[in-house]
Amino acid sequence: MVDLNSGHNPDHNPDHNPELAHQFEDMDQQKEAAALGMWTFLITEVLFFGGLFTAYIVFRTQFSEAFAKASHHLDIVLGGINTFILLGSSLTMALAVHAAQEGRKEKTIRFLGVTGILGAAFLVIKGFEYAHKFEHNLFPGASFGYDGFEPDHAQLFFILYFALTGVHAAHMIVGLLLLVVIAWMTARGRFSATYHSPVENFGLYWHFVDIVWIFLYPLLYLIDVTGRTQ
Amino acid sequence: MIVPTRVYYRVSLALLALFILTVAASFIHFGDWNVYIAVTIAVVKATLVVLYFMHVRYQTRLTWIFAGAGFLWLLILFALTMSDYATRS
Repeated sequence: MVDLNSGHNPDHNPDHNPELAHQFEDMDQQKEAAALGMWTFLITEVLFFGGLFTAYIVFRTQFSEAFAKASHHLDIVLGGINTFILLGSSLTMALAVHAAQEGRKEKTIRFLGVTGILGAAFLVIKGFEYAHKFEHNLFPGASFGYDGFEPDHAQLFFILYFALTGVHAAHMIVGLLLLVVIAWMTARGRFSATYHSPVENFGLYWHFVDIVWIFLYPLLYLIDVTGRTQ
Repeated sequence: MIVPTRVYYRVSLALLALFILTVAASFIHFGDWNVYIAVTIAVVKATLVVLYFMHVRYQTRLTWIFAGAGFLWLLILFALTMSDYATRS
């Protein structure tokens, strides 16, 4: 008889591990399936950003001088601080997953908290950068005003800058929302030393978003530092 | 398996060193080579994150294939697109 309330079949295996879903042979297989599912999603994410990176390569190779000069308007210090912040958040995220693997609830939540604060700091700095771009009419569109070299091609640079960093920032916001959910689930005792796949998969997501920024910082901010005139 | 935390600290130090290296390299004029240096450092950093922070180094072969597939298709996307643009006269 299948127990309709729990979905478990008590006749099948009275010692059934409640952390193990029925379709899996054992915990290892369940864990691997969870990781593979997350990686499948991340493949779609790689190609999602890949389209924008392809556009970047195409236009930068064609309008390299305009891109180099337009990049002078980005703040390498703020971008650098944000790179450092995300790098730190990846470390605290890895430590949060480590604590979850050890089944240490409070430690997991603490490291998730630090990761969240760093992620929020990244977005605040990004917000200041965006505000500066809007003030100087560097946001693409009708109000775009640029008196430098090849304004149309410079506008292409800023379209790619806002698209790439905007989509990245959207992923950070989603990441922060997921972080709250994962921390809440941890606090509710949903995970243990033997079952914590959601924490690990969230870690994979967070690290992926960090990797995107690892490429964005040199490709957008550091294009032509030696050509800057200040 | 549980990766010891000292691995995470070491990888973070390496990432920090590579971050400083990429900034330092951008302040030196290498001409066309600047972008290749920057991308190479970024690829090394991304590989460290994937292998250690994302645990792929400690996972099964199947996970390696899944993780590698996305990047392989990304390279195909770049290569086929640029084989057109780079050969236009």
